[in-house]
Amino acid sequence: MKIAITSEGRTLDSAVDPRFGRCGYFLIIDTDTDKVEALQNPGTQQTGGAGIQAGQLMASKGVEVVLTGNMGPNAFQVIQSAGIKVVTGVSGKISEALRAYKDGKLSPAENPSVGSKSGMS
Amino acid sequence: MIISVASGKGGTGKTTVAVNLALALGDCQLLDCDVEEPNAQVFLKADIRAREPATVRVPEIDYQKCDFCGKCRDVCAYHALAVLPGKVLFFPQMCHSCGACEMLCPRKAIRETDRTIGEIETGDREGIRFVQGKLNVGETMAPPLIRQVKSRIEPNSVAILDAPPGTSCPMVTAVRGSDFCILVTEPTPFGMNDLHLAIDTVKKLGIPYGVVVNRAEADDLKTRDYFKSNRIPLLLKIPLDRKIAELYSIGTPFIGPMPEYREKFRALFKTISETVKVSP
Repeated sequence: MKIAITSEGRTLDSAVDPRFGRCGYFLIIDTDTDKVEALQNPGTQQTGGAGIQAGQLMASKGVEVVLTGNMGPNAFQVIQSAGIKVVTGVSGKISEALRAYKDGKLSPAENPSVGSKSGMS
Repeated sequence: MIISVASGKGGTGKTTVAVNLALALGDCQLLDCDVEEPNAQVFLKADIRAREPATVRVPEIDYQKCDFCGKCRDVCAYHALAVLPGKVLFFPQMCHSCGACEMLCPRKAIRETDRTIGEIETGDREGIRFVQGKLNVGETMAPPLIRQVKSRIEPNSVAILDAPPGTSCPMVTAVRGSDFCILVTEPTPFGMNDLHLAIDTVKKLGIPYGVVVNRAEADDLKTRDYFKSNRIPLLLKIPLDRKIAELYSIGTPFIGPMPEYREKFRALFKTISETVKVSP
């Protein structure tokens, strides 16, 4: 199963990026092989629609679970439509978040956690 | 002749100037282009004769034809479409009605339909033909509705446009194409800062302008010097006057109970007409 975690950097020691659509990287971890892919987010600087695009990117990568800090309404709609589970409110190191999920300590969100454009800086 | 009333900072007195100017002239059009919060009607109290829905064109997917190729998503500059296996998601708030998705869909699986974003009301009072746009709550895009309000401008008459505040797309959409722009400000640091931005904007649009200072105080030398040294044409000063404020608070245009201002607004109009005549 593929898990994507929004990340500030390219490694498992990086911090979880609190934003979804405008995060720095997506770390895509295949839990069957423990292979890690660091994907730079093309939408970091986008003024609108970043979450919508990031959601489609997750779907095209075959991701089944997304761990992130916050997700806005449009991204949430794409993620839900694609049948992907999302956990919001995740923070700390990527490796810790991954461990917590594997241990069943994180439960999927049923609603977006923030409003539109909240990841814009 | 189209005269727009804009400001930069909100709450400086655009509507006060627009409505009182319209009433002073009588035979003219007043168009409230501040479609996100139109309030000229609070003061004008026109008899509303007609209400029409305002719509924009949005894509509709024909799932019999769509093969989810993703072309519509790729050509959408505003990311209003998401294509997933077996599903196309449309985000109406992001759509700018450009029509690219419909035009470029290889399977002709997209047709455009109308989506209501607000309404346009028309009415009249004392020879003033009134038009206002009302954007529905939750809608984010004012410019399409502002353009539809402006499409009601009558040729060969005087049209006064009450513009939205700021200097972003809604203000530019409202002010663009005017023969003259009245910029209303207040003599506060905030008001003057935003006036400066608004002046830069109308200059870029190539529109002749002049300034009305509202809530002016007699000993205000700072603004006077600023106007002088920057050669900013000052059209009128409306003083910080308790009576004007009280009339405002009960929704009464002040030229009614204070007829001396009727002449001042007519003189203002005359100045504008002469400026427009000599402008290229």
